[in-house]
Amino acid sequence: MDVLVEAEGLNKRFGDLHAVRDLSLRVSRGEVLGFLGPNGAGKSTSMKMITGFLEPTSGSVRIKGVSIADDPIRCKREVGYLAEGAPAYGEMTPRQFLGFIGAVRGLSARQRRTRIAELAESIHLEGVLDQPIETLSKGYKRRVGIAQAVLHDPEILILDEPTDGLDPNQKHEVRSLIQSMAAQKAIIVSTHILEEVDAVCTRAVIIAKGQLLFDGTPDALAARARYHNAVVLTVARAHVDRVCEGVRSVVGVMALETRPQGASLVEVVALPQPGVSLVGEIGGLVREQGWEVSGLNVERGRLDDVFRDVTQAALSGQAPLS
Amino acid sequence: MSMTMTIARREFAGYFATPVAYVFIVIFLVMTGVFTFNVGSYFERGEADLMPFFQFHPWLYMLLIPAISMRLWSEERKSGTIELLMTLPIPLRSAVLGKFLAAWAFTGVALALTFPIVLTVNYLGDPDNPVIFSGYVGSMLMAGGFLAIGACISAFTKNQVIAFVLSFVACFAFNLCGYPVVLDFFSVWAPAAIVELISTLSFLTHFDAIQKGVLDFRDVLFFLSTIALWLFLNMLVVASNKAKP
Repeated sequence: MDVLVEAEGLNKRFGDLHAVRDLSLRVSRGEVLGFLGPNGAGKSTSMKMITGFLEPTSGSVRIKGVSIADDPIRCKREVGYLAEGAPAYGEMTPRQFLGFIGAVRGLSARQRRTRIAELAESIHLEGVLDQPIETLSKGYKRRVGIAQAVLHDPEILILDEPTDGLDPNQKHEVRSLIQSMAAQKAIIVSTHILEEVDAVCTRAVIIAKGQLLFDGTPDALAARARYHNAVVLTVARAHVDRVCEGVRSVVGVMALETRPQGASLVEVVALPQPGVSLVGEIGGLVREQGWEVSGLNVERGRLDDVFRDVTQAALSGQAPLS
Repeated sequence: MSMTMTIARREFAGYFATPVAYVFIVIFLVMTGVFTFNVGSYFERGEADLMPFFQFHPWLYMLLIPAISMRLWSEERKSGTIELLMTLPIPLRSAVLGKFLAAWAFTGVALALTFPIVLTVNYLGDPDNPVIFSGYVGSMLMAGGFLAIGACISAFTKNQVIAFVLSFVACFAFNLCGYPVVLDFFSVWAPAAIVELISTLSFLTHFDAIQKGVLDFRDVLFFLSTIALWLFLNMLVVASNKAKP
């Protein structure tokens, strides 16, 4: 695979605070890596090291095989970076600001004009191109920051909370933009919004207290959920006991839970033993017994639950899941 | 070099994007006028030169240059744009030099706008214009020296007021380091050679020679090397302080 970003054993200490511990990751072309973690987990610090803003206390970063410590300018040329809070020069207008970034990125005056026009259209900046950035809303500022990061069409894109402060429509646009670029680039997106992982990421890592706790696909992450592959039957309250008894007898059911749904319905949740699929068996049972069932679903497992499990274990000092 | 100019252009335009530039230029022109005509007794002296104009420049700069230099780096750090600047493919020396050149060019604009006084003195009498030219060169060099000090100090803090006050004190010290007010502070404990060295660093003394029309190579070199030294320190301070909260 075409590995574009490699971080090897990154550590960062600020005095007594060990902000990032021994973080290693690789991102290849075509990957969108979701960088997850609670606030203060070390996401931004890691990104600052990968983009060359902070020097790691130990460890190394390679961008397209070049060590950022050896040739920072060359590495920085390859990367587009939206820093935390989307910093921009407030007294400039987006047109002036993007023009400046384009000049620094080595684009000709003509390239800058076409690129700014393209981006203004694709991320909807047309109306505000000539207003000072400091007068813009948070959503527009964020989009100016994204435009700044993708202006030179970099192969590596590092976005620190790109959808923070955006409304649902704007979030959707930014995600579409990321997806449209995903095939040609290696993209790292930090977020604490888990729906974003499902929406755009091909891979997710979770860090807490500066440590890498999980690295895998969003599906693998969901598979760690307690309710992953659980079968949920929605039945009338009167039939609960009968249904529970029947389901309990199915081979592979590890545990059974009931959740009231409104006044008259109850959800019967059958949690499978690891690796077992219950839906066929239980579906068959429903037909066989002629139960009146108003719903039969398989839960995928909520990422929020996994996220909470994984990070809280770390925060309370227990060993991380592995 | 083109990178340096890109930075300089952005920074220079930044002065004019806010009222800062206009306020500064107006105040500068009014104050040079007040000092020249009232305090300096330009007319009463009855001489066709710009001595009363130039002699107050070190004191004006001491107050006004920190107002230009204070924002150079502290604002970048305060607003977080330093992270943007330092993750763009810009060599640190280009960023430092570009910002300095922008501030210096801005001072040049303010200084150039004092041209009516040159016209006035030529209208009233027959001045030695090469001496006046020398005075402008010296004034520009001195402004560069103060700016380089101020730029370096502004990289130490996110707070522009602190940057201003510290730069003011530093400029004051460099103006007067040939004089007892500064030397006494060192002579108590430092060896005589050090005190001697410090006394040669006075902006006032070096500028005085130039504004009298003696464009001595050593005075020019003094200011240029002062600028170079402080810009070098500026790079070190930016590199070590850029990410400090």
